[in-house]
Amino acid sequence: MSLIELKHVVGGYGGAPILNGVDIAIEQSDIGVIVGPNGAGKSTTLKAIFGLLKVTGGTITFAGEEITNSLPDRLVPRGLSFVPQEKNVFTSMSVEENLEMGAFTRRDDFSDTMAWVYQMFPVLKEKRRQPAGELSGGQRQMVAMGRALMSKPKLLMLDEPSAGLSPRYVIEIFETIVRVNTEGVGILMVEQNARQALAFASRGFVLANGQNRFTGTGPELIADPEVARSFLGG
Amino acid sequence: MTELIFFINQVVISGVVLGSIYALGAIGITLIFGILRFAHFAHGDMMTMGAFIAFLLALAAAALGIVTPVPTGFLVLPIAMVIAAVLALGIDKGFYAPLRARGAKPVTLLIASIGVTLMIQGLIRLFFGAGTYSFFENEPKEIIRIDTSAIGSTRPLVFTEPQLLMVIVTIAAVVALHLFLTRSRLGKAMRAMADNADLAQVSGINTALVVRVTWIIAGALACAAGTMLALDVTLKPDLAFNIVLPIFAAAIVGGLGQAYGAIAGGFLIGFAETLAVFNWTMVLRPLNAVLPEWLQLPSTLALVPTEYKLTVAFVILVVTLLVRPTGIFKGAST
Repeated sequence: MSLIELKHVVGGYGGAPILNGVDIAIEQSDIGVIVGPNGAGKSTTLKAIFGLLKVTGGTITFAGEEITNSLPDRLVPRGLSFVPQEKNVFTSMSVEENLEMGAFTRRDDFSDTMAWVYQMFPVLKEKRRQPAGELSGGQRQMVAMGRALMSKPKLLMLDEPSAGLSPRYVIEIFETIVRVNTEGVGILMVEQNARQALAFASRGFVLANGQNRFTGTGPELIADPEVARSFLGG
Repeated sequence: MTELIFFINQVVISGVVLGSIYALGAIGITLIFGILRFAHFAHGDMMTMGAFIAFLLALAAAALGIVTPVPTGFLVLPIAMVIAAVLALGIDKGFYAPLRARGAKPVTLLIASIGVTLMIQGLIRLFFGAGTYSFFENEPKEIIRIDTSAIGSTRPLVFTEPQLLMVIVTIAAVVALHLFLTRSRLGKAMRAMADNADLAQVSGINTALVVRVTWIIAGALACAAGTMLALDVTLKPDLAFNIVLPIFAAAIVGGLGQAYGAIAGGFLIGFAETLAVFNWTMVLRPLNAVLPEWLQLPSTLALVPTEYKLTVAFVILVVTLLVRPTGIFKGAST
């Protein structure tokens, strides 16, 4: 049984549906990457999983339970975490307070999780008293990921984690994502840097017009000439 | 030295008193704006309502024969604050929550709060009439005079017992609020939601709970501000409606959504108003002895006549918005 499974999910923001039957299934050991052209419904898929828009058809199951249209305050305690693409840190709050907010749903002692996050992002420990709004783009992305990891998720969803970062930081963020995965957190992410992200993806999903077009391991998709021609720019 | 003491009595003490009330009111407005993104126009009337609750409790305490060294109004204040907090939650649930559930725009909520204003004022007039009441009908309002002849003043330093207690209550409330916002899990969640409501939701923060806590704090502080205003002057149905505009100015000047900004804005406007209406002749009179005949000081030399005191808040508001549009503490600009 998969950690998360989307079966023919249909949904949108009230008007015409943006998702027209998306199927996704990944395990906790996987790094799943969703790629596709603009408007394909990549980010919308993540938002649909996280209850941020209305799912009108199909089902979403997570860790064996149906979670279709559940809200984040129910999903976070169950082990699902989400890093939005933009505005993903509390700019007026310190780095440490940002992390604490990630642990809001936890009533147990989370100091070991915070130590784990600081170990993964040592620069955040140095800047823990600084307002997150004063950090660079790459460091903000670390705060955003750290915040999402504070709930000890089984699955971490990231919406274009490399957007707006310089190439050096893109590699660093991708390396971090792989490391988080080796520590036992499943990853489901949307990426514009499709070729780069698929290279380390154990599950790749190519979406177009709100539907699956190709599914396979990342390297398989890169090797597929049709995927390469239509979606990876040759 | 007499002039200095006069200045302290007229400006410093009144400024602190007025500033405390403005600050406590503005905190509520700024918190509600930060969390719910609308201008809660009925906040002044929540202050008046709180004062009437305290007044009723004080009457009950007097009827029960409870006599204490502190004014009864202060004694019953904690209970009144609890009741006011519950009523604030009720007002939200009855009037604002249904609109939010339908995705109403902030301007719709603003209009709804004007409706709540009219309703609260109407209810108060229905039960209490349009007259004025005093907390000190059955007990004396103690006036504290500190002899300052030691520093060569012929005037004593004068303030009332309620004014002294008001400053103490305000300091306690501000310190408690500060600790709540910076140390407690819920207080931090409140700042998080004011900072970025979408991300707060994504983090799993129970936003409905944060909204409730906001109303509890805003309602309780409004009650404290209204009661203390009534203890300082008199209690009437339009007690705080008359000062809701300077309170809004204080919240905006401080930076909407910024609790510390509201405190700073409250005291800034409070002091500015008392300074603006202060009669400088009283302090500068000794100069008459050295000034030539044609330059004698007039009998009143105030920047603004007392009846135009309200304009001061707006002058500060306009200047702040021109120089620093998001307020002193960089609040929300919407």
